[in-house]
Amino acid sequence: MSVETADTAPRGADGGRRGERSAALTRILLLSVAPILAALVIAGGILLALGVDPLAYYGFVLERGLFNGLGLQQTLTRMAPLLLLAASLIVAFRAGIWNLGIDGQFLLAAVAAGALAPALIGSLPGWLTLVLCFVAAAAVGALWSVVPALLRAYQGVNEIITTLMMTFLGVSFANVLVKLLFLDPGTTVPQTRTLPVADRLPRLLDTTVSSGLLIGLVAVIAVHLMMTKTAFGLKLRVVGANPRAAVHAGLPVAKLTVAVFAISAALAGLAGAVEILGVHGNVRADWNPAYGLAVVPLVFLARLNGFAAIAYVFAFSVLSIGGESAARRLGVPHFFTLVLMAIILILLAVVEYVDHKRRAAGKA
Amino acid sequence: MQGLLTDAFLTSLVFGAISAGIPLLLAGLGEQLSEKAGVLNIGIEGMMLAGAYVGFVAAFYSSSLWLGFAGGAAGGAAVALVMALLCVRHGLNQIVVGIALTLGVEGLTALLHHFQFGRTYPRLDAATSLPIPVLSELPILGPALFDRHPIVYGAIAMVAVMAFVYRRTNLGLDLQAAGDQPAALDVAGVDVVTTRTAAVIATGVMAGVGGAFMANIGAGLFIPFMTGGAGFIGIVLAMLARGRPLWVLAGALIFGACLSMTTALQVAGVNIPTDVIQMLPFAAVMAVLVIFGRRASLPAALGLPYVRGAR
Repeated sequence: MSVETADTAPRGADGGRRGERSAALTRILLLSVAPILAALVIAGGILLALGVDPLAYYGFVLERGLFNGLGLQQTLTRMAPLLLLAASLIVAFRAGIWNLGIDGQFLLAAVAAGALAPALIGSLPGWLTLVLCFVAAAAVGALWSVVPALLRAYQGVNEIITTLMMTFLGVSFANVLVKLLFLDPGTTVPQTRTLPVADRLPRLLDTTVSSGLLIGLVAVIAVHLMMTKTAFGLKLRVVGANPRAAVHAGLPVAKLTVAVFAISAALAGLAGAVEILGVHGNVRADWNPAYGLAVVPLVFLARLNGFAAIAYVFAFSVLSIGGESAARRLGVPHFFTLVLMAIILILLAVVEYVDHKRRAAGKA
Repeated sequence: MQGLLTDAFLTSLVFGAISAGIPLLLAGLGEQLSEKAGVLNIGIEGMMLAGAYVGFVAAFYSSSLWLGFAGGAAGGAAVALVMALLCVRHGLNQIVVGIALTLGVEGLTALLHHFQFGRTYPRLDAATSLPIPVLSELPILGPALFDRHPIVYGAIAMVAVMAFVYRRTNLGLDLQAAGDQPAALDVAGVDVVTTRTAAVIATGVMAGVGGAFMANIGAGLFIPFMTGGAGFIGIVLAMLARGRPLWVLAGALIFGACLSMTTALQVAGVNIPTDVIQMLPFAAVMAVLVIFGRRASLPAALGLPYVRGAR
């Protein structure tokens, strides 16, 4: 199902000589960087066709997202939910489960955290409120994946469709909850009650960077280690690589499938909580950043490797913060980032294919 | 709620079910064709959106709806061509490419729309209908079913055409074999890659026309991200129809009715928040999958690229 898992598994297992390793590393770097550079050139051509100077645009994005102190802090804050979503997808994809419903899981968990936090903060200490909100968000995220999980595990229904459907359902349902159930009576803007800035996730040192970044980093690394170093992770990878073989090996495939959905969706839920508790403090009606489908390409680009995912999430955050700034200043809507991601993803698939062909030819 | 079953309500419900159902029907029939041939076409949402955008632009500048549909077909086919090139010819991962194409088309059409129509949001004139004599005089159903733009009749006729192709023609058998036993088709001397390529491009044409219908007849204008999951519903319809075009039609009308509930209920004076109504079609899809999930069936070689000689 997922070609990438097969590719990543044997790496590092053979140890190999130092020269071979560095050659392999160069190859991987080339495979990862080449599609990005090519995509930047192609997307630059699109900008040119629209009458925008691509160099000025890219320069502006880099300046705003990376080199400018405040922009860099925003970039690092943006990484928090994206890292948790990446962790969510790494678990799922390595286990051969296409959880494309993370946007719905993210959004509903965000609403849960946004509704719960202001209600609890009056009667509980701040840290306990935050912890309870994280637990609730993870639970809500996982809950939103129960139907696709059971359908996939026990009925064999394709989870791509069901998770996508649950996302569409979840986006509307989140709006219903915000507008009808958790509406803040104090404002005219349809949104949930706001968590005061002082009670949100603490900031790192004396920056504006949310400590959600640490949560995200820990999650990605933990997930990476879980999938590569533990017996549980190995079982999940076997299920992903070959479910039939997994059955013969005596693995409880259906239960493991449900477990994968639960972990993946709970992580997506945590991403929603981090975004609300760390950045916004409330959920507005019709708010849907749709981070999920943007993280899918990143995770593929990283070949389901947690450490590589951190690098790509950072790069994407620069693009995304800089792109939002460019939308206001240069009049290029942030949809451009979407186009760029799509081109990168397609080129990545092409490069992967060419490399595979070349290596196959080399072996023969 | 007593006034709910008035003629006006029923007419607007059926009218809306058809308007919303035709794009779903075309997407579902297209996806069915792809899936029969063994290609899981996740990119169909992108094909519809491309069809909606190109179709609208063509109709807007030529002020001809027919050229609009031709443009929609071309837009959908162009995206399908990329999909066919990457996934069928070269065997790249169909799901990754499908997601990428959908994302890319979403971004690109929104971007182009912003630069072209971002300030004006131009509208097309309402489509002229072709009333069918006698039938269009029927109460309730007449104006909803038989007084429509000819493309509506064409789309419904496609159901019969597809059923005929699958049941009675060699082409239909080839398609089926390309999805179930590609190796057998190859042995029989029919090129699997060509068969699948043709199927994917035909899917793009149908999805593109469906998208153009949404923009030009349904809404009268192009809105970024306007397909809003219609392509994915098409995939569900194809999954549940188990290869039968007539079932796609039935499903498309049911989901179309769910989608059109909002306006119909407004006509009847019932005020339910739109967000609740928007959940209806997707809730219906999930309910149907929960009940009939086990029976949804897909071809054996679905999603797997065919490489001659490989096992």
